[in-house]
Amino acid sequence: MSQTLTAKAPASGGGDSEKTLRVGRRSLLWRFLARPEVGSLIGAVVVFAVFFTVAAPFRQASSFSTVLYASSTIGIMAVAVALLMIGGEFDLSAGVAVITSALTAGIVSFQLSLNVWAGAGLALVVSLAIGFLNGWILIRTKLPSFLVTLSMFLMLQGLNIAVTKMITGSVSTDSINDMDGFDSARAVFASDIPIGPVNVRITVLWWLLFAAIATWVLARTRVGNWIYAVGGSAESARAVGVPVAKVKIGLFMTVGFFAWFSGMHLLFASGVQQSGEGVGNELLYIMAAVVGGCLLTGGYGTVVGAVIGAFIYGMTRQGIVYAGWDNNWIMFFVGAMLLLAVVVNMWVRTQTSKR
Amino acid sequence: MTDTPAAAPDKDTGRQPVLELRDVGKSFGNIRALSGINLKVGAEEVTCILGDNGAGKSTLIKIIAGLYPPTEGAYLVDGGPVAFTSPREALDRGIATVYQDLAMVPLMPVWRNFFLGSEIRTGFGPFRMLDVRRMRRIADEELKKMGIDLPDIDAPVANLSGGQRQVVAIARAVYFGARVLILDEPTAALGVKQSGVVLKYIKAAREAGLGVIFITHNPHHAYMVGDHFVVIKLGRMELDAPRSALSLDDLAHHMAGGAELDALQHELKQDQPAPAAARQGAEPGAATPVAQEE
Repeated sequence: MSQTLTAKAPASGGGDSEKTLRVGRRSLLWRFLARPEVGSLIGAVVVFAVFFTVAAPFRQASSFSTVLYASSTIGIMAVAVALLMIGGEFDLSAGVAVITSALTAGIVSFQLSLNVWAGAGLALVVSLAIGFLNGWILIRTKLPSFLVTLSMFLMLQGLNIAVTKMITGSVSTDSINDMDGFDSARAVFASDIPIGPVNVRITVLWWLLFAAIATWVLARTRVGNWIYAVGGSAESARAVGVPVAKVKIGLFMTVGFFAWFSGMHLLFASGVQQSGEGVGNELLYIMAAVVGGCLLTGGYGTVVGAVIGAFIYGMTRQGIVYAGWDNNWIMFFVGAMLLLAVVVNMWVRTQTSKR
Repeated sequence: MTDTPAAAPDKDTGRQPVLELRDVGKSFGNIRALSGINLKVGAEEVTCILGDNGAGKSTLIKIIAGLYPPTEGAYLVDGGPVAFTSPREALDRGIATVYQDLAMVPLMPVWRNFFLGSEIRTGFGPFRMLDVRRMRRIADEELKKMGIDLPDIDAPVANLSGGQRQVVAIARAVYFGARVLILDEPTAALGVKQSGVVLKYIKAAREAGLGVIFITHNPHHAYMVGDHFVVIKLGRMELDAPRSALSLDDLAHHMAGGAELDALQHELKQDQPAPAAARQGAEPGAATPVAQEE
């Protein structure tokens, strides 16, 4: 399989290679600073320190559990959105796709009097189909994902409300919390698990599990290599035989899967689903991924960064409540965090890539 | 698939060419980008394809690399006709292309680029994962064998110089069993020293038994390594000659447009006789005062 060339090594005087002459050693600290998620890690420490100081309730273990829960609701989707962004695309329909999935499961289970797992199964098919459609249209039309998924976002937003109203006669689904399978579904998607003195929402555990799997896939599998490649340079990837279309469609379907999971959490937490929710969340997912060091242009970033980005969001959201400040400031702080994180990430990247 | 007769062994070398194009052409709608191309590439042979911008070189490479099917003529590998639908298929037959600008993914580490699309994996089932340690070691060894000592195999390719990137791409193609290496203007964007490095590896690849197709518009670079020269102009072959039948001047002349260049020279001489003559006369003397001023 392998052959080797027997080219002469460059005839350099004194036997010093260019490496020994011109390359200094980089310290361990420098290598650490070159990680994509470093900016977000510094941001997380700062935000934590601020709220730890100003908000007394923030210091309790139970409120930390609430912070983690708020982080996980954005964080689960941020994992998938980070993968997609590393693969070079966005998904603006991700926020409402979560609601589409919850509505599908709720309406189908109630109207057909099915076991809720059957409704959930159908919702999974719908979610994967939405992801597939996003990816397929993107590949076939070669339009930017911004346009494709913006269209999907608007269409789903309309469908969510229109179809729900048409079938149930109101803007929300009928309650399914006394139906077959609800308790087991709730245990999987929306239960509390006591860990030591505090109750941790199960979404936190799912979030960390998904992030661990995604990190492993990105760093240690062939598919992960391909995700970085199609995001970094789709043409180069194609030229060495990477199936670019399959990878991109697969990424959109991954977002679809996670949208389904998040939708199931919303539905089984209460048993009903409002049809107008979800708008704007897609930008929070992107925010978390970008704060965590993902480039908008693709090919760069980590899932760990997106996890930290979502954690910063969760801390800000709950911290402001615990500090007794006006709720309306949340989005201002999230926006300011985003701007700061992007600038710091950019600066760190240019500094560390210098030789 | 096999209705075309097998290629006859090459008269000159007595060996069957690895890759052969017979009367190949490509049209895009009513535009004929390429027509009547005949090309044979054997092992241990460097075929240089020269041509000006827009001559049809890129179209030709893309046909050979498996990105486009030709609209006319036959493409044969080892004497049998082929119809590639993707670069992967061409790669599987040992035809590897190194593109000038899209050889590598800039943000990915060197070793990941080296194995991109042909990753080594261990484990089984859903737990098949990259054999990172082995891939890093092999990439490092292969590059060292070619005399490239990179500071850091984990550094993104964006940190490498243009010449280093080309050589990494060549090393990659050779390691993965390429029999024919297509190099798309590997020296076009490089300085003198970097070009020299790349040309050295073209020669090394030939000595290792590969056939090389070297696309360039620099006749000097071509003549340094080439065994066979093809000049393409307006989608047709203008020149097809072995090294023995050609001097560097002939090649440069053909490349620059032959008769057209003569006409252009004539025209320029008439238009600006004074400055051209003055500069030629002044040059040797003028260099010294300028140097002193600085």
